[in-house]
Amino acid sequence: MRVIKDNKIVNDDWSVARELDADAPMPDGDIILPFHYWQANRDSLLDKKTKHAVWINGDTDVEELVSDLEHFSIVALDFPAFKDGRCYSHARLLHDRYAYKGDVRAIGDVLRDQLFFMYRCGISSFQLRDDKDAEDALKAFNDFTIRYQAAADDAVPIYKLR
Amino acid sequence: MYKYDNYDQTIVDERVAQFRDQTERFLAGKLSEEEFRPLRLMNGLYVQRYAPMLRVAIPYGLLSSEQLRMLAHIARKYDKNYAHFSTRQNVQYNWPALETVPDILADLASVEMHAIQTSGNDIRNTTSDQFAGIAQDELEDPRPYCEIIRQWSTFHPEFSFLPRKFKIAVSGATHDRAAVKVHDIGLYLVKNEAGEIGFNVIVGGGLGRTPFIGPSIRPFLQKQDLLSYLEAVLRVYNRYGRRDNIYRARIKILVNDLGKEEFARQVEEEWLHIKDGVMKLDQKEIDRVKGFFTAPDYDSSAADDNSFEAAQESNKSFTNWAKRNLFPHKVAGYKAVVVSLKAPGIAPGDATDEQMDHIADLADKYSFGEIVVTHDQNLVLPNVKQADLFILWEKLLEKNLATANIGLLTDMICCPGLDFCALANAGSIPIAKQINDKFNDIDYLHDIGDIKIKMSGCMNACGHHHVGHIGILGVRKKDEEFYQLTVGGSSESDACLGERLGPSIAKEDVADVIGKLLDVYVEQRQEEERFLDTFRRVGITPFKDRVYPKKPVKEKAHASN
Ligand code: HEM
Ligand code: SF4
Repeated sequence: MRVIKDNKIVNDDWSVARELDADAPMPDGDIILPFHYWQANRDSLLDKKTKHAVWINGDTDVEELVSDLEHFSIVALDFPAFKDGRCYSHARLLHDRYAYKGDVRAIGDVLRDQLFFMYRCGISSFQLRDDKDAEDALKAFNDFTIRYQAAADDAVPIYKLR
Repeated sequence: MYKYDNYDQTIVDERVAQFRDQTERFLAGKLSEEEFRPLRLMNGLYVQRYAPMLRVAIPYGLLSSEQLRMLAHIARKYDKNYAHFSTRQNVQYNWPALETVPDILADLASVEMHAIQTSGNDIRNTTSDQFAGIAQDELEDPRPYCEIIRQWSTFHPEFSFLPRKFKIAVSGATHDRAAVKVHDIGLYLVKNEAGEIGFNVIVGGGLGRTPFIGPSIRPFLQKQDLLSYLEAVLRVYNRYGRRDNIYRARIKILVNDLGKEEFARQVEEEWLHIKDGVMKLDQKEIDRVKGFFTAPDYDSSAADDNSFEAAQESNKSFTNWAKRNLFPHKVAGYKAVVVSLKAPGIAPGDATDEQMDHIADLADKYSFGEIVVTHDQNLVLPNVKQADLFILWEKLLEKNLATANIGLLTDMICCPGLDFCALANAGSIPIAKQINDKFNDIDYLHDIGDIKIKMSGCMNACGHHHVGHIGILGVRKKDEEFYQLTVGGSSESDACLGERLGPSIAKEDVADVIGKLLDVYVEQRQEEERFLDTFRRVGITPFKDRVYPKKPVKEKAHASN
């Protein structure tokens, strides 16, 4: 899929399986699986594949993933609507508390004007909504040069610079 | 007051550039209405009944004279020569054209102002006590903490898409003038047993459809933990606040559903992870921000003046004004002056460009160039020498700004209602006018004394009706405007919600019904009792009986409602 990563538009081999019953056959290729599918098929997935990725939305507590994080190349966070901000907290917990080092990817209703916030919360790649212009979206990272508060990026509370 | 440095200025300038680009993309058809909506909302731009409405932030209500002049300039250049001061210490413009909004924001930025996070589901402007810094009952000035919160919350990346809007208020006084307990988070500066000053943290208050007086979840929080604790509360809310129903989405619902103990437990658990990290505030930073809120150069001989007393003896109008519109000051010989924006015939909280310019000039001349917006929609000149009061009063009179009614019946809180607001059920401004027309005898108003009437045009409660001594709520019945009255509410330290008086009443009866409530008060009051005290002593029944006399049994069968 086409994603924004490190301020560039790149293609990678991953795609998202939006719906997958727990007893469905294991899909081929690099698939970001629904977390419940991973939970149901964990052992056979670990047996048969070497790379793993899952997606969750705001309904799943990050804490449920924690013991498996080491297996995931990608944890994708789904924004069913851009207004659903729960995954901003999920991203921060993955980064700040659980020191997850893989790729945290935003999927779903991902739009230009949210990218900067997402990035600041520790999201590292962005799959824009299909109808959106990725070139245009890249500009979002240049909107602001100053950050008041610390988050999951390298910013420190601004007063420490004063 | 706080002065922007390069960092603060860059942020507001970059915001203007960003919004200019967004507006251009929208006007060029590159952004749909639906996509532009959240972007304009993040800059306080609503689309209302007749025109866009722009809400400008006034952090903790504090303005310099230069800023007030800019608000006047904006009213003149881009709007219809007036602005509306709101119960959230903000200011609203009712008629700006969309394409001029980037220019308005640029003008605001030139005087260190903005419209950031004045709408949307984010952390809104932090509000405070209008007498902060000068009140006699103040433990510590709350404004440095408001400013620290302002900076932390501005463009907070994690909390810009909360379940619902989020309002924080801070008070440092024993008497709560900031309605702290009806905010999402309310902070009282308090002293603990060891003599240290910190915060009592109230969470989950609010008005709207389901009003709550917020409970305290932590009676004492050290100052250096302020931001980490707020972050913990917000994180628990962001994760678990309801998003399926906007009427159940405020933090008050979460706190109430979980119970305050369980909510507090979750916050404390989250807080333990972050309290000793980068969020811990440096004392140095607290001191630096405090350094912006120092006392002006008071005249140490201000109390020697005799003219103030003499003027009161010779001029009854001045005396009436002095009795109502002055507030005691911690420095001898000084007063805080409340400039009433509640003159009869004017929508409560409205000020014209000329009035704003005039007040700015008076602030420069008599009050060290500062003005404060109050949550009951008036303005304050916080530092006036008593020797200047008479001349100041005369100058306020010139522009209809000296109505002697602060805290009285006609000092009503009133939302825009049906005249401007797309969500309204009923008008509020016409009711304010009706009340002003009926109660126009200043001696009667002074005799009735302290009473707070608060009015909202629908159950969103922008006019705080639940916590009015008399609350008036606009409702709609068979497409006609009706009004539901409540009695006995308060937003102060003794905060409580008003009791429903009875079935809603017709529009033309509102002022008459208030007259009946006041009659009951006058008959029943003892000594120095205010309306609210009498109500608390005698209960709602005598008021109810007066407004809804018992009907003979026969007729009752036909009674409707
Ligand atoms: C005309 C445009 C306005 C609109 C569309 C509007 C909309 C709303 C809505 C929908 C709520 C309910 C929020 C909730 O319960 O979740 C609300 C609450 C509130 N608004 Fe407004 N409002 C407007 C103007 C004002 C004005 C002019 C003021 C100040 C005078 C104001 C101050 C407040 C306050 C204090 C609350 C209630 C406190 C709370 O948040 O629970 N609003 N507003
Ligand atoms: S209370 Fe209702 S009518 Fe009044 S401003 Fe708020 S939303 Fe509009």
